Amino acid sequence: MALRRLSIGGNLDFDLTQEQQLFADTTRRFLADESDLAAVRELAESDVGFDAAWWQRAAELGWISLMVDESAGGLGLGSQGILYVGVVAEEVGRALAPGPLLPCSVVAATLSRSGNASQRSEVLPALVAGEATASWCFAEGGRSWSADAVQLEAKREGSSYRLRGVKAPVEAAGQAQHLLVSARCDGELTQFLVPADAEGVTIEALEGLDLARRFARVRFDDVQADEDSLVGSPGSAEQDIEQQLQLALAISCSESAGAVARVFDFTLEWVFDRYSFGRPLASYQALKHRFADMKTYLEGCHASVSAALHAMADGSAEAAMLVRVAKAFVGERAPAIVQECVQMHGGIGVTWEHDIHLYLRRVASNRVTFGEPREHRASIAGRLGI
Amino acid sequence: MVMESLDAFRQRARDWLAGNLPRLPADAQPWNGMRVGTDEARRAKELQALLFEAGFAGLCFPKEYGGQGLAPEYQRAFGEEAQSYEMPLLFNTPTFTIIAPTILDLGTEAQKRRHLPAMIRGEELWVQFMSEPSGGSDLAGAITSAKFDGDNYLLNGSKIWSSYAAFSDYAICLARTDWDAVKHQGLTMFIVKIHQPGVEVNQIRQSDGGAEFCQEFFDDVPIPLENVLGKVNDGWTSAQRLLFHERSASGGASPYAVGVSGRRRDTVEDLVRLARARERSDDSHVRDLIAEIHVLQTVQAQTIERVTKGIASQGLPPTSGAVPRLFGSLNGVRRSDVTFEIAGTESIAWERADSPSTVGNDYIFRQAWSLGGGSVEMQRNIISERVLGMPREAAADRGIPFKEVRRNAPSK
Ligand SMILES: Cc1cc2nc3c(=O)[nH]c(=O)nc-3n(C[C@H](O)[C@H](O)[C@H](O)COP(=O)(O)OP(=O)(O)OC[C@H]3O[C@@H](n4cnc5c(N)ncnc54)[C@H](O)[C@@H]3O)c2cc1C
Repeated sequence: MALRRLSIGGNLDFDLTQEQQLFADTTRRFLADESDLAAVRELAESDVGFDAAWWQRAAELGWISLMVDESAGGLGLGSQGILYVGVVAEEVGRALAPGPLLPCSVVAATLSRSGNASQRSEVLPALVAGEATASWCFAEGGRSWSADAVQLEAKREGSSYRLRGVKAPVEAAGQAQHLLVSARCDGELTQFLVPADAEGVTIEALEGLDLARRFARVRFDDVQADEDSLVGSPGSAEQDIEQQLQLALAISCSESAGAVARVFDFTLEWVFDRYSFGRPLASYQALKHRFADMKTYLEGCHASVSAALHAMADGSAEAAMLVRVAKAFVGERAPAIVQECVQMHGGIGVTWEHDIHLYLRRVASNRVTFGEPREHRASIAGRLGI
Repeated sequence: MVMESLDAFRQRARDWLAGNLPRLPADAQPWNGMRVGTDEARRAKELQALLFEAGFAGLCFPKEYGGQGLAPEYQRAFGEEAQSYEMPLLFNTPTFTIIAPTILDLGTEAQKRRHLPAMIRGEELWVQFMSEPSGGSDLAGAITSAKFDGDNYLLNGSKIWSSYAAFSDYAICLARTDWDAVKHQGLTMFIVKIHQPGVEVNQIRQSDGGAEFCQEFFDDVPIPLENVLGKVNDGWTSAQRLLFHERSASGGASPYAVGVSGRRRDTVEDLVRLARARERSDDSHVRDLIAEIHVLQTVQAQTIERVTKGIASQGLPPTSGAVPRLFGSLNGVRRSDVTFEIAGTESIAWERADSPSTVGNDYIFRQAWSLGGGSVEMQRNIISERVLGMPREAAADRGIPFKEVRRNAPSK
């Protein structure tokens, strides 16, 4: 019997311009050549989540320049840059590539938008070139991933500030040179960019579910931050934080959608090749129907992510709602589809040897970071005026 | 003549609607095609005739067939303006969005001139005679027969589950014209006048108490040759066209619809209203449920858009239309559960003076979402076999004359 697959997990976005498609192809080729799952497994054994030289080669492809102004060394794509970021994140998800794409993108976009002259001329170019990396210190332990939950205190002392509080989990803080910190100054949201080696900063490595991603707890014990370390003016960070959150959600959802698409593809291949009772698994209706459901929700993941990215690219007022819809949907469905794919594999699916758990680790981790689906549904209900 | 700009058109539509059509009450339920009877059919025809007289009917149909020949964005604009007005939504499915485009694709010039303007004027409501008592999923297994007697085809047998047939005018009907051919090659699609001698139409009482769908019995009903839609014995091709339009229309994307889809089902306004009426809108569980439905509705609409683009750009096979359909069916079921849960006790016990709980009865009829227009199992077969290319189910009816195929007995 000649079995042929008609369609694979597909592209995230059917609206890509030729230029964007080209960029996607380059990214995919780079990841195919320069990152494989064996390397990811090796990183699992090491303390660092990524190889700095590798990251620099990735940055040379422009990954961190996409959301940065031309004047600060970026590509100057304006709001359209997010569509390219989506492409990179999707490919990173497909390849399960390591690297601080999310925190560096968030910090770079923020500095490009609100950074002062020295942040833009000294820090940003190094981030863009991949010579330095940055982390976004936002969440505070068990509290929710929202601006409301930020409590780290920034106490004014003359013209400088003293930061006191704990941030966790912070992605890639162990290797970062710069930390973007959200804080409360006189009760108002304020952001600072401080060196990771500043006095009073302690970075404690955490163990993580995702083998290629390192989280840390970052303690700020009376860290001195002068005026030059402010990002934007004191008390005015609310807008910036919302933008950061949207970008982070867009990246993590794109990444999850890419990861699920890849898992769906190789699982579909597997059921064509695996026989039971003299027939390929793919011929059993009970399983075919589950693939139909997975395909439907996978298309839903792609659709919601691409709608969110385009709303952001268009500067639409709906973007805030649509990224949360994407997170509520993808956060729920991505791990569910991958778990279903584990089932399709049988026993081999729950072994360390098989790669599927690497993907499950990524999408499960992405489900939690930047807010569980339920947290976003609460925010959606509020936005609906209930 | 210069084409009227979209803005000017929108303004003209807005003014006309305000002056000529009744507004819906603020708490009007979204249209779901249920609880429709003779009065609703009469009213829909009146409204459609009003639209026609004002030049707002058949916006995207060609002018030579009674339409306005406008681009889809005009229809969309009109739909948006008309959302809060009473509209003849009964004409949408299947008349305008499924049957009319099928006739546009396959009809003879005479069929198009005879029927399309009549639909657009609000004179003809159409239905589908596809399913039969012996089976609906296996559409090509139809056993209603049409035999040529030299002048006409004579139709015998029975169709069932045909929505709105009792108060509609015409049907398109799939019947077997060659019993010696293999299953898919002995079918023909016909245009059938519903109310005529030899056709008995019985309304079927549904589990929700309504009676939208019907069963028909045919006794030597004469169908003239000119009422063949498509080619004789090539009715399966005609049926595929019909199913294509049915899939494309799901989600309100058809340019032939009247109104976007009126009070849209893709909002959660009615759930919010229900939660407030039951004083449960502060309950975090209820808020979570409503947000969940909002997420599903939004992603469903986004999936329709994505799949439409994917098919157009050949990134997805045309059969992918089954993806948003399956999504829609599953959402319909989930929404029904959520509505029932939010409604609470009032949906199972109510004052004698009040009208029966629609929420409760909608829940009883829930699986209709997973059956009507092709069951979810059929959508799943299409997606797995014809989108993902997984092996087809074994079938015992391939390659043999249809008369030798084992099948269910016809009903009496
Ligand atoms: C609200 C509503 C409106 C409708 N309107 C119309 C209309 O206007 N015109 C019209 O012609 N029909 C209409 N239908 C009929 C509808 O299309 C059929 O009910 C449907 O196709 C299923 O056919 P059936 O009822 O004969 O069930 P069956 O085909 O007997 O199926 C019974 C069950 O078995 C499953 N099944 C069948 N075959 C398979 C298979 N190969 N693999 C897996 N599962 C299978 C089905 O999914 C279903 O769950 C309507 C139905 C509803 C509920």
